[in-house]
Amino acid sequence: MSAVKEFTIRWGMVIDIDKCTGCGACMVACQTENNIAPQPEASNKLRSLNWMLIYELNNKKSYPDHDMAYLPRPCQQCGNPPCVSVCPVIATDKNEEGGIVSQIYPRCIGCRYCVAACPYHVRYFGWFDPVFPEGMTKVLTPHTSVRPRGVVEKCTFCHHRWNYAKEKAIFDGKNPKDLPEDAYIPACVEGCPSGAMTFGDLNNPKHKVYELSRSKNAFRLLEKLHTQTQVYYMSRREWVRKQGDNYLANDKVIGGANHAHG
Amino acid sequence: MLTAEKNWYPEGVKRCSLSQFLVWLGCISLFVLFGLLAALVILFNGIGVTGLDNYYGFGLWITFDLAVIALGAGAFFTGLLRYIIKIDDLKNIINLSVIKGFCCYSGAMLILTLDIGQPLRAWFGYWHPNVHSMLTEVIFCITCYLTVLIIEYIPLIFEQKQLNKIPFLHHMAHNLHLVMPLFAGLGAFLSTFHQGSLGGMYGVMFARPFAFREGFFIWPWTFFLFVLSAIASGPCMTVLICGFMEKITGRKFTTYRIKSLMAKIGGAMLVIYLLFKLLDTWFWATDTLPRMGFTFDQMYHGLAYGKWLIFSELGLCGVLPAILLMVPAFRMKPSLMYTGCILNALGVVINRYVFTVQTLAIPVLPFDKWTVYYPNWAEWLTSLMIVAYAFIVFSLSYRYLPIFPQEVPLNRGK
Ligand code: SF4
Ligand code: SF4
Repeated sequence: MSAVKEFTIRWGMVIDIDKCTGCGACMVACQTENNIAPQPEASNKLRSLNWMLIYELNNKKSYPDHDMAYLPRPCQQCGNPPCVSVCPVIATDKNEEGGIVSQIYPRCIGCRYCVAACPYHVRYFGWFDPVFPEGMTKVLTPHTSVRPRGVVEKCTFCHHRWNYAKEKAIFDGKNPKDLPEDAYIPACVEGCPSGAMTFGDLNNPKHKVYELSRSKNAFRLLEKLHTQTQVYYMSRREWVRKQGDNYLANDKVIGGANHAHG
Repeated sequence: MLTAEKNWYPEGVKRCSLSQFLVWLGCISLFVLFGLLAALVILFNGIGVTGLDNYYGFGLWITFDLAVIALGAGAFFTGLLRYIIKIDDLKNIINLSVIKGFCCYSGAMLILTLDIGQPLRAWFGYWHPNVHSMLTEVIFCITCYLTVLIIEYIPLIFEQKQLNKIPFLHHMAHNLHLVMPLFAGLGAFLSTFHQGSLGGMYGVMFARPFAFREGFFIWPWTFFLFVLSAIASGPCMTVLICGFMEKITGRKFTTYRIKSLMAKIGGAMLVIYLLFKLLDTWFWATDTLPRMGFTFDQMYHGLAYGKWLIFSELGLCGVLPAILLMVPAFRMKPSLMYTGCILNALGVVINRYVFTVQTLAIPVLPFDKWTVYYPNWAEWLTSLMIVAYAFIVFSLSYRYLPIFPQEVPLNRGK
């Protein structure tokens, strides 16, 4: 297990589960922004490509105590990513300032070892060549590459948008390393109608995520595995926080001050 | 032509008629043909035609690879015992081990090329290696070791009666034989590391509770467990192949003593392996799993991923064959010895299956569900193709190469 790398900027997301309505706008925004081809057979969920996926959670109780929640799941951009050290060809890495786990499609050989290593199921394999319906190619995002079949792809926090923001800051004579709140946000955050998602630099006290990620209702998925993710979730409901990790009967309640900010 | 073909047999042996042999080869070639067609479909359309999916990135192919590589371990281990530790008796079975190793490793490489999504980039592993990845080590070791196996196989081919008449090939075979201890040593080293890194590949997946094993320095326990289980099952597999060949040809290739010696070696290794494996399993179930928020019960589910797997692996295919192979009275009985060998080999197959498929089956996200993976025709046909390919290599080698030094004396009068 490698040590967690330190970055001055650490892009991260805080998703308020109590605000998420499960509408799927983030999924659609992600598909469009990142040129994910529509699936001819989308009924097979195990073969579909969704860099952003919404899980439905419930408290496993029956009516009237039944309660449910939705959990949007992008790549968690782990601080200690299980997927990176395993890749035989360094097609995926966590090296660049910002702490986003990159994915280099032209280098990936499609061995799927990273898929096996990631417990969040965020890595998707291109089982077939992408086919874009006629006319759709004209509306593809020009700044995101389309991937051939046979490589693994995943959410990159719309990394290309960060490049824009940096270029714009340089053009405006500002410091690209100290971007203001909202200068760079991924498509899913922009598309969320209920304001459940907040994006920013987890290390920067001027960004909202700084406070939010430290709130007592914040938790991370599978904290016990020490992946030190850069995506935080929030909920006032204890069962939601508990369900974020595989807690056992004798475990202390998860969430709040329980996690380190690595 | 039919009579001339006889001149290619090893000295003093009997073989079936050429027509019979061709019918046999023809039947096996059918499997190769179907496999090749499946391979073409896969290469043309992508591996979306298999039963693999985003949960099961690893399936039958990887299980098959790992299993044949473990069972092929007879080659390096027998080489080590024969040339380095100098158990001279093993010279009677070493050639068979080499051919088996060659088939297993070359077959696994073929399947691996199909299994990766971008076969044309297969060489990236050498060009952009990630030194932290166990898979990189696997890629390097498997290639080097296959090269060593080819070097070990070549003198066998050159010893063929007609080829050996050519002075250059004769001398080459002779000289290669002289340096064989060196290659046996090299092969043992490479293969040990390679078996180990295959195990390590799973043990280092620290976010996958079923596979994760802490261990020694950078190596998880699975590194050593894979080496041990491979050298426990490899020799038994050689015995099984030898027994099987004797059965279908109706001839004797080695004495029962040699076979039971191999079985005993396999059994002894199995005992050592089981000791460590049971300790490892106990630590994993009582310490590693709870730390990751899981219980032993949560690791098993339904029929496909039920607890019967671990009980069969460690009990039926672990403790039982260890007894059958280690107690001389049992080992002396062919039926019991062969049963022991079969169970031992089966145990390693189950082990490789659970590490590749069960590991991925377990829902790590608490709100995730179990799904079941079924390999489909594309995976079965290509895997069968490799088995058929091995049958062809064995058949040709048996017919034309002098691989069994004891064959002539043992079959005198037949
Ligand atoms: S969520 Fe998965 S793909 Fe993303 S960084 Fe973590 S292990 Fe890698
Ligand atoms: S599938 Fe691609 S990114 Fe993933 S481990 Fe293999 S080569 Fe690396």
